[in-house]
Amino acid sequence: MADCDFDAIVVGAGCAGSVAAYELAKAGKSVLVVERGNSAGAKNMTGGRLYAHALKEVFPDCYTEAPFERRITHERISMMTPNSNMTIDFGSTEMEVAGQESYSVLRADFDPWLAGKAEDAGAEFIYGIAVESLLMEDGRVKGIKAGEDEITAEVVLLCDGVNSLLTEAAVGYKRPDASQIAVGIKQVIALPAGTIEDRVLAAEGDGAAWLFVGDCTRGRVGGGFMYTNKESISLGLVATISDVAAGPVPVYQMLEDFKNHPSVAPLIKGGKVVEHSGHMVPEGGLSMMPPLCADGVLIAGESAMMCLNLGYMVRGMDFAIAAGQHAGRTAAEALAAGDTSKVALASYQKALEENFVLKDLRQFSKFPHFMENCTRLFNEYPVLTRELMNGMFIVDGSPMKPLKQQGLAAVKNVGIFNLVGDAMKGMKAL
Amino acid sequence: MSHTKSTELTPITVNVDEYLGLNKYEVDEENPHIELVDEPEDKEFLKLIKVCPAALYKIDASGKKQFDYAGCLECGTCRIACGDSIIRKWEYPQPTMGIEYRYG
Repeated sequence: MADCDFDAIVVGAGCAGSVAAYELAKAGKSVLVVERGNSAGAKNMTGGRLYAHALKEVFPDCYTEAPFERRITHERISMMTPNSNMTIDFGSTEMEVAGQESYSVLRADFDPWLAGKAEDAGAEFIYGIAVESLLMEDGRVKGIKAGEDEITAEVVLLCDGVNSLLTEAAVGYKRPDASQIAVGIKQVIALPAGTIEDRVLAAEGDGAAWLFVGDCTRGRVGGGFMYTNKESISLGLVATISDVAAGPVPVYQMLEDFKNHPSVAPLIKGGKVVEHSGHMVPEGGLSMMPPLCADGVLIAGESAMMCLNLGYMVRGMDFAIAAGQHAGRTAAEALAAGDTSKVALASYQKALEENFVLKDLRQFSKFPHFMENCTRLFNEYPVLTRELMNGMFIVDGSPMKPLKQQGLAAVKNVGIFNLVGDAMKGMKAL
Repeated sequence: MSHTKSTELTPITVNVDEYLGLNKYEVDEENPHIELVDEPEDKEFLKLIKVCPAALYKIDASGKKQFDYAGCLECGTCRIACGDSIIRKWEYPQPTMGIEYRYG
């Protein structure tokens, strides 16, 4: 196999791809990264927040070097109806402890930094060309076809994102169902740094992450999100494609209504929309993952559907970084041993089983099913919450009823068995 | 394209085209990277109206189906929603073309 153009080709310069390329280059392998954007990050979008632990494993100096937006020191979760919103705001110094921090990021800034690390280590990059297809020989991946060029390698790493057009040829992965994937829609809204800090009650340089459930998606399966950047707010929605398609409200109208909600409008008041973006989110968890390797090929990051959405926490980039790290290392070891067959590459899966990537996805593998079926979470429960809270906080001079009585009345509307049943199922899935 | 009524849709008050105007694109006028079948079924087209985050699938005042790939965010949602039905072709844009996020 000495006649290959490169030891390894990485498709996509996102979190998984650039880290994989870095590991391969560091191990002295020749590696080409093919990125269809004109620069790293040009085609990428995140909500988004990066849990920093995985990045720190690869680049211990990332805290001082990486172009993070804000350290997240406030976690907010909300239940929303059209005319109410109940929020839990949690702050803790634990969020500031090294290895436990998370940061908001914007991919057009973050990805070029990450790609630069791989480039510094010796990886080559081509930008502006999409890989159209894989070169196959006897059922084995032998390289890529991009534009006019056919480029060969002993191993190809697919890190080409959630909408990969290559995983079918590589490992026979069929296009996922519309019930397994959500559509994400986001606007970046520019605001002065001080205004952002004042509005989310954060210290200078710090910020908040905020997830919403209920009316933000007009009762469809999904949720809203808000992340503070240095001088902008990322505001958006994620909703299951099949469920949006079955409802009456288009996702962009949901976003507009969300922005006008009385509990959201003051947050973005005076802000200027500077970008409107879209990106799919794989939500099916472990059950929708493709095989992670085949002869001559490894898959990492969102192209392997590595994502965990628990409603109060959304993770993807830390999975991609850790998977990219292990894919790169496995590929380098296989190259050194002169064997990049499926059997030789299978230790990648094993490495992920032993670290958080597959452990966490396995731990919460029942959650996507729970979420999909618990439609009361998006409709009845926000209303129940509103009724309970109105009962607690509204004073109009009429004689007050005992809280217990008010609570029971509100619960009766949902049905005590439904409530207890959903709570039990939710506890089991989490 | 055939005429249809979008009876299942809530009123649209947002002009997404204005937001797309804030984005940076290099539009490939020559090569549509997404193509629909000749006579897209109403039911399937309605799905695309609702799920496309760029609102590229529309029904105009005369009831005619409209699709313009120029503002595409390349997310693939339409491919997942209707890849088996009315989306005939879904490719990424030609080299250096399409959306270029400045924030992402």
